[in-house]
Amino acid sequence: MWGGRKLSCSGRRFLGVLGSGSRARRAERPRLAPWAVFSDVQLICTLQNKPWNFKEYGTMCIKSCRMTFSSLNRIEIYWPPWTQPYSSSRTTVDSSEVKTFLALAHKWWDEEGVYAPLHSMNDLRVPFIRDNLLKTVANHHPGKPLFGMKILDVGCGGGLLTEPLGRLGASVFGIDPVEENIKTAQHHKAFDPVLDKKIEYRACSLEEIVQDTEETFDAVVASEVVEHVADLEAFIQCCCQGLKPGGSLFITTINKTQLSYALGIVFSEQIAGIVPKGTHTWEKFVSPEKLESILESNGLSVQTVAGMLYNPFSGCWHWSKHTSLNYAAHAVKSVAADRSGPAELVAEEGAEVPQAKASTPAGVHEELRK
Amino acid sequence: MAARLAVSRCGALPAAARRGSLVPCRRWSAGSADAVYDVVVSGGGMVGAAMACALGHDIHFHDKKILLLEAGPKKALEKLPEMYSNRVSSVSPGSATLLSSFGAWDHVCNMRYRAFRRMQVWDGCSEALIMFDKDNLDDMGYIVENDVIMHALTKQLEAVSDRVTVLYRSRAVGYSWPGPFSMADSSPWVHITLGDGSTLQTTLLIGADGHNSAVRQAAGIPSVGWSYDQSAVVATLHLSEATENNVAWQRFLPSGPIALLPLSDTLSSLVWSTSHEHAAQLLSMHEEEFVDAVNSAFWSDANHTELISSATSALQFAVALLKPTKASARQLPPSVARVDANSRVLFPLGLGHAAEYVRPRLALIGDAAHRVHPLAGQGVNMGFGDIASLLRHLSTAAFNGKDLGSMSHLTRYETDRQRHNTALLAATDLLKRLYSSRAAPLVLLRTWGLQATDAISPLKEQIVAFASK
Repeated sequence: MWGGRKLSCSGRRFLGVLGSGSRARRAERPRLAPWAVFSDVQLICTLQNKPWNFKEYGTMCIKSCRMTFSSLNRIEIYWPPWTQPYSSSRTTVDSSEVKTFLALAHKWWDEEGVYAPLHSMNDLRVPFIRDNLLKTVANHHPGKPLFGMKILDVGCGGGLLTEPLGRLGASVFGIDPVEENIKTAQHHKAFDPVLDKKIEYRACSLEEIVQDTEETFDAVVASEVVEHVADLEAFIQCCCQGLKPGGSLFITTINKTQLSYALGIVFSEQIAGIVPKGTHTWEKFVSPEKLESILESNGLSVQTVAGMLYNPFSGCWHWSKHTSLNYAAHAVKSVAADRSGPAELVAEEGAEVPQAKASTPAGVHEELRK
Repeated sequence: MAARLAVSRCGALPAAARRGSLVPCRRWSAGSADAVYDVVVSGGGMVGAAMACALGHDIHFHDKKILLLEAGPKKALEKLPEMYSNRVSSVSPGSATLLSSFGAWDHVCNMRYRAFRRMQVWDGCSEALIMFDKDNLDDMGYIVENDVIMHALTKQLEAVSDRVTVLYRSRAVGYSWPGPFSMADSSPWVHITLGDGSTLQTTLLIGADGHNSAVRQAAGIPSVGWSYDQSAVVATLHLSEATENNVAWQRFLPSGPIALLPLSDTLSSLVWSTSHEHAAQLLSMHEEEFVDAVNSAFWSDANHTELISSATSALQFAVALLKPTKASARQLPPSVARVDANSRVLFPLGLGHAAEYVRPRLALIGDAAHRVHPLAGQGVNMGFGDIASLLRHLSTAAFNGKDLGSMSHLTRYETDRQRHNTALLAATDLLKRLYSSRAAPLVLLRTWGLQATDAISPLKEQIVAFASK
């Protein structure tokens, strides 16, 4: 998801130096379509309107924040989030940071709040991912079409896209460099016993896990992420490394056009003042052509590039012929010559295998690494 | 066309249910102990049971957990009783399509129902009449006993018992709603407390608990409505002689509409809406007296006046000049010989409409959302229409991996159905009021209106199409 990484001009390095002290301190700022951008001021106001939040759930929050801000002290151990010890020996807690964290936790899952465009974008991107993945399998389990697939959601934010994919039966691994996001996502999925088993979150960068997850995933999803990435080519390379042969990479992002400059930078920042100046770096937006060339050079063949348009009045997204603003792309990793075919979709051998109609030939069953 | 209101069970819950206060976060204490259902349907009447059934048979709900809460006992029939039940519903072709989509209509067909191909509606104060039928005499609707529908639904619920749990003789006594949107630290689900003290959670609660809906009250959704000064008397009637009996008859008397619906060659069902006092009288009369009252209600022209009669024939003449072939021939309703003992029952009538059909994690369907006068025979069909619409939206949501309780698709359901239901409610209320009067100008207006409508086929087709949904 796009939420977490886009920051000031200098940008947070998605690839590169992670765990920098400034990471947690910066409130992340939702941005998506140029007009869907919101200022920190709004966040703070909301916060101050809800001091009860802190009081009421104080104990719990303090616990979470201890964990959250451990990163500030550069304690560089990435526990799986659920095993992270709630030790009381770490750091003092800054109450304004507590509020920030609470505000963000709030924001991610408020369907009508600042992340509303991201919530409604699911109406496009979930079917886009689902249908393209289903093309590669002959049969699928009716209630859980993506059952048995392993998906990596890079930059998952609060888990807005991770959870729908998990509900469709996929085993999803969500990563995000911002630890608060992972906390929120982790917390939210814990209420749903089904999702809780399907989804795993970790606060880390892509290159941190790429070594352990080579050729692991049936799909890698980077939705509203690539425009925040410092080194796009390295990023795509890492995505590609994680993919099984024949696996799919899904990307949604913003085009680098005059229109996106006008709406995203000039209108939102200079005129309307919706966003503080300098929030966007137009230079980091990427055009479909450039993206395609990077994808192709990494051995991915681009299947689809489709434009997406957001209507700020109805709050709905629509597919469009025009890719001059937002667009989605689907690319498939080429199958190595000695491999049998693209249908390496693996029925996960788990305890709760539903009676899948999908009859994967026994030979292609493959133990997942994770 | 009249039929009985869908009588959904609507247990008047204890006042405790109405508090509906926000129970603070329980996740850290008991959250994981409660079962979490994807959908809980509260109220297992025809609409509630059909909703659970439809979800249970939907392909995208294959792995979802659905719960149906029903205060009454299980309603499967051991064998079909010989006596017809006095509670019947008019099922539109659209509703029959919904029921057959999950196999329930087959059970109905294997038991008993009666199709009607025509509907004749006429005025008690004039000769004006309108005749509805379909092009090739297709079925306009079906008269089915409520017990038969319930049996069919119960059977189909059993078929999906791995997905749909039904708790009979249990009712919710308390609901607690999540915050305005799911906060990170409180449970985002609806918590339900049952009568036996057990609790459960759901991502979506569907209220199908009748026009006194406890779910609606607990959610604090306001409902506009009023009681009519009318009660409906229902009874099972034996005709004097066996006929084809495939016409639904309805006559608007100044005291209220009276309708005769076919059940078999020799049996018909009566729905007579009239003043409370008259209804009470009809109930206490001797059977012969009652039969006489019914026959004269259909045949008497005591309310006719000279003026209206001449105005009617004038327009009829004009229409005949313009469209010589198209005038509907008046058919005569069958005469009634006797009434089934103990089949006479009385229901008070009213109109109601919930201001909202949905809240986060809550949807109202059927009578919980809207209550209508039976004169259009639409009560249960509106409920089935709600189901079809909600099912469509929920099915898409499930296939998109969405949170089922999300407002984004629930509001689409609300928009769809309010558009249809408010139009129908307004139309039936208007008809009820228009035909309650004996005043000459109104009688003239409605007489000409009815004749004109009868003459304009496209308009009539529109009405039939709307009512068939």
